[in-house]
Amino acid sequence: MADDPTLKLEAARAQPLWPRPPAWAVALGLAAGGFLIAYPAIFPSPFSLHLMIMIFLYALMAQSWNVMAGLSGQISLGHAMFFGIGAYAASVLFAKYGVSPWIGLLVGMAISALAAAAVGLPTLRLKGHYFAIATLLIGSGVQIVFSRWEWVGAASGLYIPIERTSPWLSFQFHGAKTPYYFLALGAAALGYLLVWHLRRTRFGFRLQAVRDEPEAAASLGVAVSGHKVLAFMLSGAMMSAAGTFYAQYVLVLDPERLFSLDISILVLLMTVLGGSGTLWGPALGAAILVPLSEYSRIWFGGTGRTVDLIVYGILIVLICMFRPRGLLSLIEDRLRRREGERA
Amino acid sequence: MLLEVRGLDVAYGDFQVVWDVSIAVAAGEAVALLGPNGSGKSTVVNTISGLVPVQAGEIRFDDQNLTERPTHHRAGLGLAHVLERRRVFPHLTVRQNLMLGAWHPAAKAARARSLERMFALFPRLAERQGQVARTLSGGEQQMLALGRGLMGLPRLLMVDEPFLGLAPQVIGQMRAVFEAIRREGIAILFIEQNVRLALSIASRGYILESGRMAIAGPAKDLIDSPVTRRIFLGG
Repeated sequence: MADDPTLKLEAARAQPLWPRPPAWAVALGLAAGGFLIAYPAIFPSPFSLHLMIMIFLYALMAQSWNVMAGLSGQISLGHAMFFGIGAYAASVLFAKYGVSPWIGLLVGMAISALAAAAVGLPTLRLKGHYFAIATLLIGSGVQIVFSRWEWVGAASGLYIPIERTSPWLSFQFHGAKTPYYFLALGAAALGYLLVWHLRRTRFGFRLQAVRDEPEAAASLGVAVSGHKVLAFMLSGAMMSAAGTFYAQYVLVLDPERLFSLDISILVLLMTVLGGSGTLWGPALGAAILVPLSEYSRIWFGGTGRTVDLIVYGILIVLICMFRPRGLLSLIEDRLRRREGERA
Repeated sequence: MLLEVRGLDVAYGDFQVVWDVSIAVAAGEAVALLGPNGSGKSTVVNTISGLVPVQAGEIRFDDQNLTERPTHHRAGLGLAHVLERRRVFPHLTVRQNLMLGAWHPAAKAARARSLERMFALFPRLAERQGQVARTLSGGEQQMLALGRGLMGLPRLLMVDEPFLGLAPQVIGQMRAVFEAIRREGIAILFIEQNVRLALSIASRGYILESGRMAIAGPAKDLIDSPVTRRIFLGG
């Protein structure tokens, strides 16, 4: 009976392209969501809120990097440029023309996507490490431009004017951190939802095909470099949204910090630590590295500025040696083993 | 002729590896491309599918000049290429791999029917359709790669070393699959190192030696030819 080919075909036809998540995963997700919503009521101190805001932001930024590296296999070392573009676009429009940062958010995302296309079109056609090198250099080039550009305040940056009349429209809540908390949570949730959906679409399949076997994908009719450029545009736009948010949160534009190589490297580290190419890896990486950096700043003060970077370096060496697929693979392997035992 | 390659020269940078190779495949015909390691077989097939640029010569498929067309346009014309070492997408499931094969509009429209056809042709794939491809055995991966190529509704299927590393029993299954594909009217151009095996499947063969065409002809002539013996046995 079990070998009856018509029965097998029936069973085959009935299977969905993607299996539903198991019940325990849904329950865990709901519990985590509930906890995050209740968090500001449980831990109302400004520091505990700030910590979570930074985790959400970095989780979104690392996910944006993951769209490029984890899904299409290209390493960007200049992602900070999109972060900075997002921060500047919204803040300059608001400071100079009074345009709501919400519109600036979209403008920044559009500019970032165009910038990604401009960088990606010539460089993503090349195999090898050219793309990584090009983004590294263009990233620092953009930083220099913004540090010299008088109109946007050059090296001293720009302060975003205080606006108290309509906090939601002007994206400013000043002392209150809870609105920022929920906005950051919402932005990260939206970003993860988008990528979760993307991975299940045919475009997502094709990106993974391009990442793993570019030649096979091309011979099947997938335009390889075109797909990489699209992924880079999407990735840039996501990063830009995080930049817009960050600028409205700290209310000051500093080209030295916004375009810094640290950011480009951090999003890489978080993703690789958590698990590149997975959905939750970047969030896990952010949840580990952000507190590390915030607490090291508290413990060591100004002299400890770079202690966190040393620890990051050690972590990355350990990951590369023992868990090249990231921390999340520990859990995945265990789950797979258990499923294997059941079957 | 469905596929006509004339006077093909191929070079990687300054390093020429293929000289003046001509190949023709008629509709519905099985043709073997033979030769020792490093004789340029894969390079020729990769050039036909556009993965490697043409230095000189012409590639015509169905009376269209392919020479300047990008790789990803060639699948839509009815040209499928199953690469060396299978190249299945390791993290996608069997079913997702197959779906990616049906990419251009005509193949997409026929996707559901093609999928059933593949499951009928390769019952193992139906059983394993929810599994990620990297967990398949070598033979199953080869079947998946073939099935993925066939999902694009090709008129010519080019396969690079389909029998490499397969158990004798699986080789038997593969032969049957090749026969079934050819009976459907799909032409096959495949690369193989085992002359006897290849020429028992193909009706004609081409033998490359150091990037040049050494001999070509009907299978039975090639098997007995002294040139074949010299190339593969030495002396």
